[in-house]
Amino acid sequence: MTEGAVAEGLRADQPSRRDATGQAAETIITMRELSLSFRTAEQPVHALSEVSLDIARGDFVSLIGPSGCGKTTLLRVIADLERASAGRITVNGLSPEANRLARGYGYVFQAPALYPWRNVERNLQLPLEIIGLPKEERAARARRYLEMVGLSGFEKKYPWQLSGGMQQRVSIARALSFEPKLLLMDEPFGALDEITRDKLNVELLELWARTGKTVVFVTHSIPEAVFLSTRIVVMSPRPGRVTRIIDCARLPRERNLDLRETPEFLEIAHEVREGLRAGHSYD
Amino acid sequence: MTDVLAQARPAGLAGLGRLGGGRALPLATVLLAILALWYAGAVYLNAPQVIERFERAHQDWSSLDLVAAAWSMERPVLPAPDQVAMELKKTVFDTRITSKRSLVYHAWVTLSATLVGFVLGSLLGILLAVGVVHLRTLDRSLLPWIIASQTVPILAIAPMIVVVLGNLGLTGLLPKAIISMYLCFFPVAIGMVKGLRSPETLQLDLMRTYSAGAAQVFWKLRWPASLPFLFASLKVAVAISLVGAIVGELPTGAVAGLGARLLTGSYYGQTVQIWAALVMASLLGMALVFAVGLAERLTLRATGGAVAGADR
Repeated sequence: MTEGAVAEGLRADQPSRRDATGQAAETIITMRELSLSFRTAEQPVHALSEVSLDIARGDFVSLIGPSGCGKTTLLRVIADLERASAGRITVNGLSPEANRLARGYGYVFQAPALYPWRNVERNLQLPLEIIGLPKEERAARARRYLEMVGLSGFEKKYPWQLSGGMQQRVSIARALSFEPKLLLMDEPFGALDEITRDKLNVELLELWARTGKTVVFVTHSIPEAVFLSTRIVVMSPRPGRVTRIIDCARLPRERNLDLRETPEFLEIAHEVREGLRAGHSYD
Repeated sequence: MTDVLAQARPAGLAGLGRLGGGRALPLATVLLAILALWYAGAVYLNAPQVIERFERAHQDWSSLDLVAAAWSMERPVLPAPDQVAMELKKTVFDTRITSKRSLVYHAWVTLSATLVGFVLGSLLGILLAVGVVHLRTLDRSLLPWIIASQTVPILAIAPMIVVVLGNLGLTGLLPKAIISMYLCFFPVAIGMVKGLRSPETLQLDLMRTYSAGAAQVFWKLRWPASLPFLFASLKVAVAISLVGAIVGELPTGAVAGLGARLLTGSYYGQTVQIWAALVMASLLGMALVFAVGLAERLTLRATGGAVAGADR
């Protein structure tokens, strides 16, 4: 059942994987029968079970599913924060570890994870210091990316002086600052109120269009997933697995919040909901 | 409540105003209460001796005479605060500070041992904590010994340290500083182990996504995160470092230092001198803790304001 669904998803997916020039887009992440079990006192927990998925360059892929479906774990495997116990995975053509060491991705956590003893500018420069960029370059990058997330003028503020939404924008700018091709986002707006979340969703799409990054985005909000994504990967728990992959090519790439009232949008949202329900009935 | 408000102010030096403003009245009230109790205690404790003296002289005495005499004895059981204050004035301001009779001279002798011991002990504590946090074997092997070291009574081990070091030809400041160090490395080590471990998994994961090396994780995350813990333990450490230096002076028959002053005072029944040395020691301790607190405020203000520090 699981394998069938995945294979079907992959097949259904193939024709649409083309970029603007009509060429088949380059695959940036490949996963084949990826499994991960955590050993616990009682019995092993299968966080991921035989996940196969390709993500093309320039894609905006959302992983959606209920708690415990392994969506965050999958993201952490891509980031080499967890190791898969079986299966193959390459990121940017490298192993996850090699890709991490090459600083091939930027990661945005659910919490902003800003250092309270650093002001906004110096928080943004943290990865740049670690990479060892010269001072002028660090300052220039901080200015550029703060401007990109609309926070010019807040350079000298400390995190506690910013709202939650602003803090998360700093953390996105920080992930972009060292210019990785891949952006991994783990429910970045999960802790924010609906209005702020809508606003940041629009901004994130603009950023994505401007920078051409590949984004893998974990969420448990259906409207958020449909609004942002080019593809939605529906997952279900126990064991964590992919049950359906939904293509959003029906929606235009240029999007605004009005899109959420259109029949195409509602249709995709319905498909996602169906997918989630199917995953639950499996239990 | 005042505390919370003061913490919320971003400027670190705002805390200085706090000592002058909201706290002056409660502090003064407590001080007055202590002085009143002290004077009453002096009468109560000195009265038997005073009465005995009056009776031996076959003298008539009123209760007013009793009080006046109890507050002005030469060798009272408990000297009155003004007697201690006069002794302090005499030995601090009216004596050349190079003189052996100057309390400033004795305080300096103790202070120098305290500071050397404090610096050495803090460094030792920080190094031990860094080792314990980074090496699993040290965590298991060293931490129990660090804790056990403090169950040995310092009064028992201090003379041994002095004798052993004396045999090695080390006398004077160093044995006292080592006793100070022995006492004060402990809170620093314990505080820093907690402080260096205070970064959340999330912050450590973030460093991992940047492929930061161990040294970068230490200097950019663990060390700054531990600073509030460091200063909290340094305040404890500097106070017991002073205790260590004074205890180090007691068993050695030291000729200088506040400990020596306490010792000679008790040989000759000079209670006023003992109390003056005690007051001096506590003033010194308060000044040291205040200095560490000031360093804390300045450091935390330079690195993100008092709020971040208070929150952690």
